[in-house]
Amino acid sequence: MTDINPPITGEAIPQPSAAPGTLHTEELLVNMGPQHPSTHGVLRLLLRTDGELVVEATPHIGYLHRCAEKIGENVTPVQFVPMTDRLDYLAAMNNNHGYSLAVEKLCGIEVPERARYIRVIMCELNRIASHLVSFGSYGLDMGAFTPFLYAFREREYILDLFEATCGARLTYNYLTIGGAAADLPEGFLQRLAGFLDYFEPKIDEYNRLLSYNYIFVKRTAGVGVISAADAIAYGLTGPCLRGSGVRWDLRRCVPYEIYDRFEFDIPIGVPGGTDDIPPEVVVGDSWSRYFVRMLEMKQSVRILRQCLRQIPDGEYRAKVPRVLKLPAGEVYLEVEGARGQLGFLVVGDNGPIPRRVKVRGPSFCNLSIIPHVCRQVLLADVAAILGSIDVVMGEVDR
Amino acid sequence: MSLTVQEIAGLLQTRFPDAVLEVDADSRHPGIRVAPESWHDVALFLRDDPRLAMNLLRCISAVDLHPQPYIDVVYDLLSMRPPVSTGGGAADPWSCAGLVAIRVRLPRERAHVRSVADIWPTANWHEREAFDLMGVTFDGHPDLRRILCPDDWVGHPLRKDYVFPTEYHGIPAATGSAADSAGTGEEH
Repeated sequence: MTDINPPITGEAIPQPSAAPGTLHTEELLVNMGPQHPSTHGVLRLLLRTDGELVVEATPHIGYLHRCAEKIGENVTPVQFVPMTDRLDYLAAMNNNHGYSLAVEKLCGIEVPERARYIRVIMCELNRIASHLVSFGSYGLDMGAFTPFLYAFREREYILDLFEATCGARLTYNYLTIGGAAADLPEGFLQRLAGFLDYFEPKIDEYNRLLSYNYIFVKRTAGVGVISAADAIAYGLTGPCLRGSGVRWDLRRCVPYEIYDRFEFDIPIGVPGGTDDIPPEVVVGDSWSRYFVRMLEMKQSVRILRQCLRQIPDGEYRAKVPRVLKLPAGEVYLEVEGARGQLGFLVVGDNGPIPRRVKVRGPSFCNLSIIPHVCRQVLLADVAAILGSIDVVMGEVDR
Repeated sequence: MSLTVQEIAGLLQTRFPDAVLEVDADSRHPGIRVAPESWHDVALFLRDDPRLAMNLLRCISAVDLHPQPYIDVVYDLLSMRPPVSTGGGAADPWSCAGLVAIRVRLPRERAHVRSVADIWPTANWHEREAFDLMGVTFDGHPDLRRILCPDDWVGHPLRKDYVFPTEYHGIPAATGSAADSAGTGEEH
């Protein structure tokens, strides 16, 4: 058998600096995307690199632009609800909910009690499903394949529940103006209770699997640190803002729907070394943003359990006229979506079709901090930072 | 304690007597209409005055009022305030100390207003979007170019009198554009 590591003989390769003449180096422009596995959709980052170092990152967006806002001012609100599904398609229920609330506020529609609980149940389930995708795909970005399978196994149960409710698994068109499109199917609440009992211990399993994994912590802790002041200035919301240590959640701070009836905590990023946080962690780094999502899933389970105890019988939808006339006036309403504050500005014009629909996609604002954070970072860290911000391009491009 | 729109308007009127054009405190979207030429100074005051501290620019929306010759630019602001430290209150959430919409009315044909990207960095992309889709020019913006449409796109799609293109680089547009069938409810 030959030696696979033969001793090196002869002269060693000279160091580049010792080579005769001046070695010419230059900056290189690298296109990351628009087709790239870790840009989570069609995002193009133009990176100016100096060796392994990214000097400057410029996002180019719009590849998925469908001018949803123009569609919004050409169709009635009920017709636009399916369009909102296609904004943040990983948390479509939350989009349905936000737009419906805005139109209801404009028209002064009162939503029945049961419908409100149905809405909270759907939104929190969808938040869990969305965070599961975020958790799984972030693992993929960091080179861990297995967590993705675990995440999708549990997400499947949620999608089954959604399918039983409205027939769709991704774009639901279920929460609509005045309440929900249909009542919960028979046995839904029992199945939901069963799912919660099954799911809650899984979160600890995910933490053992990925959150505290040595390589994962090395890849994400201390990477892409965003200070609380920067996060607010750049309009970051949702887990990205809370990862920077700001205890702010619209569900608690500017309550809407019936969120003031539930008890839940607002998890934030905390410094490493405390509790069970790895010592390398800095508040506002990629790990903190990631871990806030893991903690939020537990809080969503808590809210869902309270919903199960409180949900009354009754109507699932208010009486909404077939042709809904939007009064002249303007509303702007934000809800806490899975990725942050999702806002809808709706301007009525005394007709069935709004004059203007404007969508504030949380991913759009969250993504805008990339040029600020991806400065003098390693090439490999760009994927770590982008994955921790967790953008959905459908919502960025609209 | 959250500031009302009346109180915010009062503070602005004291500081900028000429800038506040209209206070609309009772509608579903309470706001203050500000003169375009003083908007940048007002914005700086809104962010930096400790009584106001509007640190979060939530959204910039441009609304075309066609056939009236105006475009409204609506800035939705929010003041996020950290909890007052009371010893064991580390788990207290931040609170909302005030919400307000600032409206700036611009002429459609010359829609120019000072950029506030230097005050709230998040405005950078919002203003690019309003420029791209609605054709509002933000003077002093560091990098005012299209953001969602391609760089060589013609026109501003969210204007009410926007004419849908029939082709783009030789790609024909689908027959029966959205504008043709919109809202009429007629069967073709």
